[in-house]
Amino acid sequence: MADFAGAFLQSLGLIFGGDAELWAIVAISLKVSLTAVAFACLIGMPIGAWIAVGRFRGRRGLIVAVNALMGLPPVVVGLVVYLMLSNSGPLGVLQLLYTPSAMILAQFILVTPIVAALTRQVVETLNDEYADQLRSLGVSRLRSVPALLWDGRFALTTAVLAGFGRAIAEVGAVMIVGGNINHVTRVMTTTIALETSKGNLSLALALGTILILMAFTVNAAVALLDSASRRVIHV
Amino acid sequence: MFDRGISSGFQSDETAACSGDAALLSVSGLVFEIAGKTLLQIQSLDIPAGGTTVIMGPNGAGKSLLLRLMHGLLPASQGSIRMTGKPLTAALCRRQAMVFQSPVILRRSVRANVEFALAANGVPWRSRRKRALEVLSATGLGNKAKQAARSLSGGEQQKLAVVRALATEPEILFLDEPTSNLDPASVLAIERLLRAASAAGTKVVLVTHDLGQARRLGDEVLFLHRGQVVEQTPMKRFVDAPVSTEAAAYVSGELLV
Repeated sequence: MADFAGAFLQSLGLIFGGDAELWAIVAISLKVSLTAVAFACLIGMPIGAWIAVGRFRGRRGLIVAVNALMGLPPVVVGLVVYLMLSNSGPLGVLQLLYTPSAMILAQFILVTPIVAALTRQVVETLNDEYADQLRSLGVSRLRSVPALLWDGRFALTTAVLAGFGRAIAEVGAVMIVGGNINHVTRVMTTTIALETSKGNLSLALALGTILILMAFTVNAAVALLDSASRRVIHV
Repeated sequence: MFDRGISSGFQSDETAACSGDAALLSVSGLVFEIAGKTLLQIQSLDIPAGGTTVIMGPNGAGKSLLLRLMHGLLPASQGSIRMTGKPLTAALCRRQAMVFQSPVILRRSVRANVEFALAANGVPWRSRRKRALEVLSATGLGNKAKQAARSLSGGEQQKLAVVRALATEPEILFLDEPTSNLDPASVLAIERLLRAASAAGTKVVLVTHDLGQARRLGDEVLFLHRGQVVEQTPMKRFVDAPVSTEAAAYVSGELLV
């Protein structure tokens, strides 16, 4: 217990003392996860909105598939991305394995279904309310997508934050495709796993504390956005 | 208040045809069925250009359904609907506008709501804001232009829905019980808008249960019962001496089912 207390106090020292290594790891984590989430939003939101407003054969099946992909096992995604990026894989020529780009790709695959599925839910609910009015104004299904995404912007922020939460806390995929290389691909979660196994609890606890604070921040942001949306646009 | 000639962008010989005595909307052999049940069956119906046509009838008579069919929101099972003599197409439907019983207000500012309708109608972005502010000022909503539209009262939201529809300078404005849940002041504000629109040349087609409102606004009445047109007659005659027994019962306040 005394060891744990000591390690925790040391971890606070690392956080508030501005430990360069710790904050470099945090920076790489944020860079990788924010980039992955940005790409996931660029692809996932239009896909989700298209599924929401589209009327085509197999739509129900597609919704089930996208919802199921929200629970993709990270290690399986890591394995698949590893096989694709390895020298003998179809994308091996790109030489991306053990780079932040590979980690971004893995997290993008994990986060995109989350963003798409949540966007589909938000846009479909909004479309139920708007459909007749938009058609009355002569707006086609395709052209209604930007309007629906804009009017659902506050609710969609929840989707973005949920995706970020998944990405920043993910360990299995980035460990496999990133290789946990110091100062290059070492992120918070992989560092926690490594340092715990080495018995360096203070750094692991410091990173764990930051990770938990991020989770709280994300949830607080969701709650604040919810109340702001009610105040600003009267959802 | 509304000048359909200013920026409608589709003034043509078709518009000219609307201003004559010819039917603006013609319905022929119209049938609408769901699951084998016929909900609406109209052999022939002409709605003239100009003025206000009020559609009345008990619940389930097919009033809203007829409105939606004439606005192209629903496809007919059989028959045809023509506007200015031409089959109803998406392009022709864009020369119409509709206001629903519960106003569908976009989650953005009052001005942005109007701008959206103008954008959908092909008004260039440079002139949208100016045009939106002009319309809002002319209708007493100018001081609320920057306000979140959904923070308006129910009456103001419905007024905004009417203003938004009229901003596109439609040839025909359909309204489905637009004042059914509003207080008298809001009803008055909306009726003023409808009178101004009608005076400016927009054909108003209004569904209402309110006989008083029908008398205040209507030039003619289309009375529906059980999915069929029972009577189409000038307003005064409908009130004073309705021909059909159903309309007579309705006007006298009897319960018609």
